[in-house]
Amino acid sequence: MNVALAKTETGHALSDAFAVARDRLPGAGKVAEARQQAFEAYERVGLPHRRIEDWKYTDLRALMREVLPLAAPPDAAALKRAAAALKLHAIAGVRRLVLVDGVFAPGLSEAGNLEKGLGIRTLRDVLGAGDARLQAQLLGPENTDSMVALNSAMMTDGIVIEVADGAALTQPLHIIHIASGGTPAAMFTRSLFVLGNAASATLVESYIAAEGAKVYQVHDSLIVSIGDSARLDHVRLIEDGREAFNISSSQVTLGAKAHFNTFGLTSGSSVSRYQATMAFDGEGSRVETNGVNLLNGRQHADTTLFLDHAVPNCSSREIFRAVVDDRGHSVFQGRIIVRPDAQKTDAKMMTRALLLSDEAEADNKPELEIFADDVTCGHGATTGALDESLLFYLRARGLSEKEAQALLIQAFVGEAIESIASDSLRELAISAAQRWLAARG
Amino acid sequence: MPLLEVKNLQVRVEEREILHGLSLTVNKGEVHAIMGPNGSGKSTLSHVIAGKPGYEVTGGEILFNGEDLLEMSPDARAAKGVFLAFQYPVEIPGVATMTFLRTALNAQRKARGEGEYSTPDFLKKVREVAARLNIPQEMLRRGVNVGFSGGEKKRNEVLQMALFEPSLCILDEMDSGLDIDALRVAADGVNALRSPDRAMVVITHYQRLLNYIVPDFVHVMSKGRVVKSGGKELALELEASGYAQFEDAA
Repeated sequence: MNVALAKTETGHALSDAFAVARDRLPGAGKVAEARQQAFEAYERVGLPHRRIEDWKYTDLRALMREVLPLAAPPDAAALKRAAAALKLHAIAGVRRLVLVDGVFAPGLSEAGNLEKGLGIRTLRDVLGAGDARLQAQLLGPENTDSMVALNSAMMTDGIVIEVADGAALTQPLHIIHIASGGTPAAMFTRSLFVLGNAASATLVESYIAAEGAKVYQVHDSLIVSIGDSARLDHVRLIEDGREAFNISSSQVTLGAKAHFNTFGLTSGSSVSRYQATMAFDGEGSRVETNGVNLLNGRQHADTTLFLDHAVPNCSSREIFRAVVDDRGHSVFQGRIIVRPDAQKTDAKMMTRALLLSDEAEADNKPELEIFADDVTCGHGATTGALDESLLFYLRARGLSEKEAQALLIQAFVGEAIESIASDSLRELAISAAQRWLAARG
Repeated sequence: MPLLEVKNLQVRVEEREILHGLSLTVNKGEVHAIMGPNGSGKSTLSHVIAGKPGYEVTGGEILFNGEDLLEMSPDARAAKGVFLAFQYPVEIPGVATMTFLRTALNAQRKARGEGEYSTPDFLKKVREVAARLNIPQEMLRRGVNVGFSGGEKKRNEVLQMALFEPSLCILDEMDSGLDIDALRVAADGVNALRSPDRAMVVITHYQRLLNYIVPDFVHVMSKGRVVKSGGKELALELEASGYAQFEDAA
């Protein structure tokens, strides 16, 4: 492949788009400078392709081909379609924060009457108002990954959440990304979650499409900072439309004695990539990061996790399950680095894939880099089909082929879902899995 | 009309013919024992009746209440009232026994156009049957057969038989892997299900099981055919003389 040529092709179309969009992007001065630098970093590489090691299973240059123009801000009709979609995906008892086509929609959100210790602002507001501390956190991600760089250049809106030291939020926060279904377009969002020391909160992120939304691109990122002795429970549900792209990145930093329980389920979108970096910055902390891919048709979903054990006495657990039917393609890359000082690290990763058809594909790439000598680390990966003897047993008891498969698939993904600590979040994940199973017929 | 009619059944597995024209007629209310040495085709017969994939029927037919059983999927056969108690019941981690029982019972009822059981009715029914079979409630919360002893697995098969109320029960080597006490409990469970509306086909290598489940008819299989049929006394004859005579005859 002629890399230089390909870069020029994709780069040119987009640099025009960046020039056009720039006036709509919030933030002047340092923010605008950072955007420019990020865009240049993106242009140097263009869309990631298979020769970039981190992206070798998800060749965006082949799969995505181009970045679509920035979505227009939602008009009344778009907001109406989004409201209809929201009704179908509403979760009881949560505080809704809605982004329609990448722009905060106050009319669909509940951003008022905040609990004590909770602060909510929009990215647009924070980048525009010159809040140096929050801006520094928002501009924190480096431009080494070209999709992160692109997001840094183009971020249009998002939610900035701050939870004060000691605050224990009772109501989960639910960030919902809705594609309203206008012309094919890209949306660029970035959210920030700052959880104070000894605070606790629950965050749900959903990605959905309004009726009629077909081709669109979600470019999202989330920056999370978890204070000392704080705890965050987190679930992501990717239920985008079947022609959509979802490229999301997250960067999580944990203080001392902190706890992060996170789970991601991908059943929607045509092509998706979730790349998350979780870094331990204080001792005695724990991460449980688990996920499930449920794919069919020609769906491609990539989960790439990086656990950075930079300090001693932290533990991490990764359980990942992929169920792949038809010509679907699931990718799991799990990298764990244990740095020289990180003694007494306890890190385990297990990934399993279930292939329901001969053409389904699953790539598992565990990677352990251990530079400390007193650690417990392990990983395992398996790929297989449904056990014929179990299927026959269930069918001999009256279950149809689909019913028997559904029961075994639920059992297969169950272990990852069981690891969700919160009962209500677990129910959300189970419902999303059941929606996928029901859609199989 | 007989409940089950197997007529001149010929079955291949891969390139090898296992059953060479087997015939068997079973009426409601009857208990038939099928005995024979290893490799005589006993388990093949049970698998073909239940619809296990991997067997090619090259000739003959199986009628169940006059309907062509071979045309039906395994789940359709179950809904019609065919039940195979497995020689080696499988373990299904992650599927709670209660969930499995309920899903299976409702799938069968739905296929027959009957309404689903309500949760209280279902629980009441399972508890009654489980208590009768000495199956603790704790076992029902575990994954299907996960961590069950050999005896517990067989009792779980009998539990399903009692719950699904099939009209034909095929017991494939029910005695394998059971000590005498476990065998007695399982056999008592089976005997409790004998009824004028239900037939049973008991497949066994040893006569021992037939002391507990006393058959009306005994058939001896050898090399893919029934070579002799008789009453329950035939089982005792076999115990004394062994299968060698039939292997020569076949």
